[in-house]
Amino acid sequence: MSPDPGGLGPPRDFGELVSRASPWLSGDGPHGGMVLSTRIRLARNLNNVPFTHRARDEQLQGVVANVATAARSSPSFDHSLLLQMSDMSPLERQVLVERHLVSHELGDGTRPRGIVIASDERLSVMINEEDHLRLQVMAPGLQPSEAWSVADAADDDLGQGLDYAFSDDIGYLTSCPTNAGTGLRASVLVHLPALVILKDIHQVLKSVMQVGLNVRGLYGEHSDWMGNLFQVSNQTTLGVTERDSIESLDRVTRRIIEMEEKARDRMLRDARVQLEDKVWRGYGELRYCRSITSREVIERSSVVRMGIALGLPGLCPIRVVNELLILTQPAHLQRASGGEMTQAERNVYRAGIVRERLEAAERDAGHAA
Amino acid sequence: MLCQICGKTAASVHFTEIHDNQMSEIHVCERCAEEKGLHTPARKHKFDIADLLAGMVDSMTTTDDDRVGHVQCERCGLLYSQFRETGRVGCAECYSAFKFQLRPLLRRIHGSVECKAKRPARDNGDVSRSRQIQRLHDELQRLVEREEFERAASVRDEIRRLQSEPPEPAEKE
Ligand SMILES: [Zn+2]
Ligand SMILES: [Zn+2]
Repeated sequence: MSPDPGGLGPPRDFGELVSRASPWLSGDGPHGGMVLSTRIRLARNLNNVPFTHRARDEQLQGVVANVATAARSSPSFDHSLLLQMSDMSPLERQVLVERHLVSHELGDGTRPRGIVIASDERLSVMINEEDHLRLQVMAPGLQPSEAWSVADAADDDLGQGLDYAFSDDIGYLTSCPTNAGTGLRASVLVHLPALVILKDIHQVLKSVMQVGLNVRGLYGEHSDWMGNLFQVSNQTTLGVTERDSIESLDRVTRRIIEMEEKARDRMLRDARVQLEDKVWRGYGELRYCRSITSREVIERSSVVRMGIALGLPGLCPIRVVNELLILTQPAHLQRASGGEMTQAERNVYRAGIVRERLEAAERDAGHAA
Repeated sequence: MLCQICGKTAASVHFTEIHDNQMSEIHVCERCAEEKGLHTPARKHKFDIADLLAGMVDSMTTTDDDRVGHVQCERCGLLYSQFRETGRVGCAECYSAFKFQLRPLLRRIHGSVECKAKRPARDNGDVSRSRQIQRLHDELQRLVEREEFERAASVRDEIRRLQSEPPEPAEKE
């Protein structure tokens, strides 16, 4: 994986971390037009400490200390940053949640919890979430195999210094039996607008679930697939190797991509003008809005994302659309504005950020041309 | 569809609530969801898993003797009945303490109970190293029997070196 593109070096504190874009949103990964990101998560616990929900605070503090020490001597976590949730304000914690670095459970901040973030933000380990350790690797585009290699190496690194709860007949022992065994959850975030528009999506989701993978809408449920974003992940962690899970996710995702590509081809063939009209209206709303909700950002950016992936000329890079999804969320907005806002004020402020970002992208394109 | 709480804004957050064995759908706007603390699809998903699990445990154990609920983990003190409520075990030892209850449950969740996970690095390093030491011991014995003392001495040094070293990184396949 390539180093930090800005060449700024590792972040020294929270402020520096959140002032830059998450590298896994770069949009330059394989199939980046359709697959936003790949995520690997490994659940691990320490052998001699009760699981998080049953441990006393001083035991959890000990887990934080042990994991931090193990990380310090791991090459994978060179120049990493340890953030303790108790040291952070609720707003700061929410910013980390919106950046997908921290789960809601970890973000509540009432118990000794923390996160170690490796220098490029793609590798991190949450401490005292549902399990003592939740190692996480994020990568742009579809690269489960590459992301797994990073997670595997980091797990071995940490495992040198930590006594994991592991049994020969089950594997890694986790707080919830749904994770026991490999403790691995591998997932991809895919964008499937054409399948949704052509109403083939239910068939696709059904067939994905039939082969033993889990799939759900990122926003909303059932008939209301906001933003047409879907998360596909493995279900089982026993009776399979890590490689099995990674390979089946990769295989099934490629199959889904093929179906989405076919659906897009069909739309281009049968309704090119209407499709282009939809894309450009979406872009126009984002580019010139004066007040916009987060739902509208998610929906308009979905059509723009499709337009970019289809290669329509004149649109912004996909990275810009990815970043908008993160930057326009409430905690990011509030942090950027420096104060509490009403919903109406937030919509106006959000519109300003969206316009500014797209204008900057147009300027960059102008310079490049 | 309009928000079921304020009735003004379009509903964009959707929940399935299970209450008294009745499943009902709730549709609310982002703002109301935020205000009522109903937020986040991720959290909802989590509840789903816990619900599902609790449901599975229940349907499996209704025929069981009530005493099963009183099985207790000696290390962390968790009762099986508590696991049944929350879907969470209390410590690594719980997997042994509730072995007879958990095994069928794991089989239902995963379709298998066979462990195919990678081994912990520490373990792995130790296993491969102790294997290596065993091999060297065998060789040492052979060399001594053949009276090749010079080579035997260097093998003995190698064994000492391995025994005094900190754990090595796991070998990759
Ligand atoms: Zn409402
Ligand atoms: Zn226990």
